[in-house]
Amino acid sequence: MSCWQTVQDYALRSVGIGERLLPRDGFTLCEQITLIGSGMIWNIYFGVMALITGFFLATALAVAKGSGNRWLRKPAEWFIFVFRGSPLFIQFFFAYFLFLSLKGVNPFFDPFTAAWLGALIVLFLNTAAYTGEIFYGALRSIPKGDTEAADAYGMSGWPRFKRIVWPTMLRLAWPAYTNEAIFLFHATTLVFFSGFPAWQQRGDALYYASYFADKTFNPFVPYPILAGYFILFTLVIVSVFGLIGKQLNRHLPADRRSRPRFAATLMR
Amino acid sequence: MFSYCSDPDTLETFRWFSCYLTTGVHMSFYVAFLKVLLLLAITAPVALAFGFAGAMAARSHFLPLRWLGKVYIAVVRGVPDIAFFLFFVIALDQAVEYLRHKMLCSGWDQPIRQGSDFVVCQAAKMPLSTAPQFIHETYGFFLAVITFAIVFGAFAANVLFGGMRAVPHAQLETAEAYGMSNRQTFWRILVPQMWVYALPGLSNLWMVLIKATPLLFLLGIEDIVYWARELGGTKTSKFTSYPHGDWRMWYFLVLLIFYLAFTRVSEVVLERVMVRLTHGQATSGGETQRKAVVQ
Repeated sequence: MSCWQTVQDYALRSVGIGERLLPRDGFTLCEQITLIGSGMIWNIYFGVMALITGFFLATALAVAKGSGNRWLRKPAEWFIFVFRGSPLFIQFFFAYFLFLSLKGVNPFFDPFTAAWLGALIVLFLNTAAYTGEIFYGALRSIPKGDTEAADAYGMSGWPRFKRIVWPTMLRLAWPAYTNEAIFLFHATTLVFFSGFPAWQQRGDALYYASYFADKTFNPFVPYPILAGYFILFTLVIVSVFGLIGKQLNRHLPADRRSRPRFAATLMR
Repeated sequence: MFSYCSDPDTLETFRWFSCYLTTGVHMSFYVAFLKVLLLLAITAPVALAFGFAGAMAARSHFLPLRWLGKVYIAVVRGVPDIAFFLFFVIALDQAVEYLRHKMLCSGWDQPIRQGSDFVVCQAAKMPLSTAPQFIHETYGFFLAVITFAIVFGAFAANVLFGGMRAVPHAQLETAEAYGMSNRQTFWRILVPQMWVYALPGLSNLWMVLIKATPLLFLLGIEDIVYWARELGGTKTSKFTSYPHGDWRMWYFLVLLIFYLAFTRVSEVVLERVMVRLTHGQATSGGETQRKAVVQ
């Protein structure tokens, strides 16, 4: 079987298109690269969806945590503390079993026990908490002059937030946010190892990599392939975020811009 | 455990729980918490040592060593840690068996990799198939510690490398002016001063390390996650005298609270350490402390 044939059969295997049966023996390098790459579809789906949805909740959380009203501040503080203070792995397990019990009460919760929705919700809440903390830190370090200038122009409320506070917050938070995006993307590999079942063996990249490692008892081929994919996508994230960061900082002189780096010291 | 536990069916709620929570398997569950703490206690210093070596390599003057250090930091950080856990557990095990095979099996003429099998002679098996269960568990735990140390060593190396670079250059120049050799400057001037710059990163790393401990489960160790799944599952009266429904959700809630408490305590302690370390330092934190005392 030629490699092109393998690609046709397995490139979309993880979303249920193509050959149903996974290869069982005589694994070729081509099969491993194709299937692990196919699993990356899930990692990208989880990463991108959680990042986009989490972004909005994170902004709300940061504003709530910085607010003077304790009825807004306390819930935001607790939310961030719970999701940042406990391991994502345990959150996945807890959420899965929670959804499982809810399913017994009401069939409405049926889709929540599937990874595509249940795990996405956990990742969304988790990344919102981490990003919320980053944004909160950025909110607090907005230069006083910026907000004073806004006041002097008679801006207040929504226009002040939209035109002054929010863009500056994003600009300051951007390097740390890039880092969060990378770690979120890495965290998506936990999904199929934490209770959420891989229905019909449609798993993510790590799921297929460990499938091959189990079958061949040779970890030296599938895991480096997986590592290659992840390093590639990490570089993609760094460059995409770099471009957005450039856009956010376009009014600044070149030497005052801070660029996100591949190996920043921050981590989640 | 208690004398009234002989017939659990007749007990009222409180007593039933006091018996249920002290059964033998629950004791194993509590021991697993100690396992997590033990793992952290061993891994943290080992990872720090790995990190120190990595940071030293990354700023070495010898080019291949510098590359090695930088590649170690970049690769481990660029790949999900869970992939490393799954990889190293098999890879380390096979490496050990391969080395023992080379030493112990002189009369062996077959290849080690036969299709999908990894075959070494009986004497090279690690641990030996005759070894007691205790040895098997300890060996698995040992592999887990090494794996954690390799992964978190790279993160620590990154932090320490940053800390070393943050020490004001004038300090090093002064040391040179006093006629210290490179080695003396490193150990007497750079290393004592770098900790305060590295501490925020290291405390962050400690938090990450705590939150990575449930991954022990993936390394095949009977840790808290394993027991929570095991104990929480539905039990019928056929197999146990304490039948209950699916309680896994509650068991994981307990783990969640355990980790929240643990990270919270660590946060408070690390803040105190930071206050202690910044005392008298030429940083903005140290300056704030000085002013607070003067006023």
